[in-house]
Amino acid sequence: MTIRVQKESFDPWRVLAAHQEAHARDWVGRYGATAVFVGSLRDFNQGHAVSGMTLEHYPGMTEGYLEKISAEARARWELLDTLLIHRYGPLLPGEPIVLVAVWSVQRDAAFAACRYLIDELKTRAPFWKQESTPDGLRWVEEKKL
Amino acid sequence: MPSITVRYFASLREHRGRDQEQVEAAGLRCAADVWSRVSAKPLPANTLIAINQEYATPESAVRAGDEVAFFPPVTGG
Repeated sequence: MTIRVQKESFDPWRVLAAHQEAHARDWVGRYGATAVFVGSLRDFNQGHAVSGMTLEHYPGMTEGYLEKISAEARARWELLDTLLIHRYGPLLPGEPIVLVAVWSVQRDAAFAACRYLIDELKTRAPFWKQESTPDGLRWVEEKKL
Repeated sequence: MPSITVRYFASLREHRGRDQEQVEAAGLRCAADVWSRVSAKPLPANTLIAINQEYATPESAVRAGDEVAFFPPVTGG
């Protein structure tokens, strides 16, 4: 179970390759499914052009919340491992914001746990997006479910 | 003086004009009391509350030394 809340940009595919490589000896032959979600910054949102974004977070609570949902996912599904990375600070369009990866024996658990993690993160993890638009800075409003 | 640390994030931080402040704990029983101590205005609709970095409700009890945070709905991911 790995969680990182970081300011630095990252390449999700390199991170995934490195994570699998680091665990190759323990995992070889044990997992049959890897589900991955990568969220990236668009250059448009809710009818506005977006030239950049700043992500604010609640240091400490954010990590605690991500650990909590990762532990919950491992309790609900049979998983080998979970990896969760989320950016904070300034971001540019095209950059990855979030990576969720789940390794499991079978696809049902992998898909379900990956979906659970990104949905819980989006609705409860204390992050706030502020976009730069032609009209100035704008706090992104919560997605209505 | 036993106190409670009050923290604000995002639009609520801008609304309050500060990111945190200390309030005297005496007389404060719950998170709603903390808000009433710092602001004459009602708590904005949809405001989320955390006590010691765990989600809480306006009725959740507070005590001296706690960190109570108020923030708008989250928009990560």
